[in-house]
Amino acid sequence: MKLLTISEAERRLIPASGIRGPVPLLIAIMTFVMVVVAAAGLALGNTASVVKAGVDNRYSIQIADGSAKASAAITAARAMPGVSRVAQVPPEELRSTLERWLGPAGAEADLPLPVIVDIDLAPGADAAALGKQIERAAPGARFVAHRTSLAPLLDALRGLTLLAFGLVLLIALASAAAIVLAARGALDTHRATIEVMHGIGATDDQVATLFLRQIAVDALFGGIGGAAIAGLILAAILGGASFATSLAGAPPIDWSDAAMLALLPLAVALLATLVARGALVRALRERL
Amino acid sequence: MLLPWQGGLRRGTGVMRGRERRLAGSIVEFDRVGLRYGTGAEVLRDLDFRLGEGGFYFLTGPSGAGKTSLLKLLYLAQRPTRGRMSLFGDELAQAPREALPNYRRRIGVVFQDFRLIRHLSAFDNVALPLRIAGHDETEVEGPVREMLAWVGLADRASARPPTLSGGEQQRVAIARAVIARPELVIADEPTGNVDAAMAQRILHLLTAMNRLGTTVIVATHDLGLIAATPGAQLIRLENGVLVDPTGALRHPPGAPPRAREPRA
Repeated sequence: MKLLTISEAERRLIPASGIRGPVPLLIAIMTFVMVVVAAAGLALGNTASVVKAGVDNRYSIQIADGSAKASAAITAARAMPGVSRVAQVPPEELRSTLERWLGPAGAEADLPLPVIVDIDLAPGADAAALGKQIERAAPGARFVAHRTSLAPLLDALRGLTLLAFGLVLLIALASAAAIVLAARGALDTHRATIEVMHGIGATDDQVATLFLRQIAVDALFGGIGGAAIAGLILAAILGGASFATSLAGAPPIDWSDAAMLALLPLAVALLATLVARGALVRALRERL
Repeated sequence: MLLPWQGGLRRGTGVMRGRERRLAGSIVEFDRVGLRYGTGAEVLRDLDFRLGEGGFYFLTGPSGAGKTSLLKLLYLAQRPTRGRMSLFGDELAQAPREALPNYRRRIGVVFQDFRLIRHLSAFDNVALPLRIAGHDETEVEGPVREMLAWVGLADRASARPPTLSGGEQQRVAIARAVIARPELVIADEPTGNVDAAMAQRILHLLTAMNRLGTTVIVATHDLGLIAATPGAQLIRLENGVLVDPTGALRHPPGAPPRAREPRA
């Protein structure tokens, strides 16, 4: 609160021009990068969640040798509790898929095709019991979880999400280091004033507050500026991203994510103020 | 001569409130105090003296004798490297640094190089001790204007130090040192940059403060200033050692030396 109640006389003691320097611009650039990277991380995380939700309860039965076994497997699956959908993939769809990979040869009628049955389970259904039941009904049939097939993709998406948040953390640390340097530089610039103030009986808190207010204001305005530019750019990109939305089934960044991104400049200002305070008090303690 | 806060105007405002004096106490006590900078030789050695509360003292000695170092110890800009040093009855040689601001607020210092804040007006420079002590602006304006008028700078209140002459800066520094009515005033060559009339006026201010109970220590080479202040006691340093042949500083008599009206 003391930051907000600093008087005009106290403000005159440390002219803003002596503290500012490149700090607001630096904070603006750092916040811009932070918001863009965080948005990318959130979008990747959301995409991973959507993909995972789509395949989480989806399974396939693959039968290489004949439709008799397929009928038994389908019957066994339908009899199990928690099975919400059982559907055999039509041979035409399989041939069309093969054709994409093998060319016209894939559509040859004499090419042996396995029978594939898609199964959706209700959340919480016992997939292991279903697998055993199918194995009993159709020996040799493979019961495959889709999430197992997509695991490498999901792992990559999760890795990229973590990398993005790690980058945000690194940028925050770099910002903090820059703030520390700026705060120490400001102290050096105003060394004579601080010595006089200390000599007259000013406490470290009184001296630090004079600098902190300006640093907090610079960090807040720099942060808001950087975040606003990043927001405009992201809005332009996401506005034309109907492809991504249709691919993932949901917008890559929703309103709660946007609110979180909007809070980033406040977090940056808070971080800058806390870090600056620590740096200032430590530097002041080096003097008597 | 009335000081700005001696009239009825200031009483009860809280800015210049009166303070009960501890009679016959020592405001400064040094017990085998030594000081060295870094790994160099000791610049002050075995200082052993007591200054009575309410006394008036001149600190003298040749250049390099250690006067400035002793003053630094007194206004808490330096800690002794050995010995015991107490101010206002409290041992401060080992006191935590967080405790020092409260003691510094009880000391007014006139630096030889003034140490005014260049980008602040004369008014703001003089107001600084009151603002640091937490006084409201309503309690600052009047006393500062009066103090500036008293040192003859009423019309220069908004001037910044670089636009003031050496003598004017000196007077702003003195006004700043005494505005909060400190218990101890330490002045390093306070008349070094002013003409004889202003030197007389400054001496009047210091002696008047002394008569109100403020302990005053003035470092000076000006023998005329010393001669013009009957009743004051000398503290003489030579080569970092206190010269006290009579033992009056080690074992002062009951009543502290008090300045009498300076001779014109």
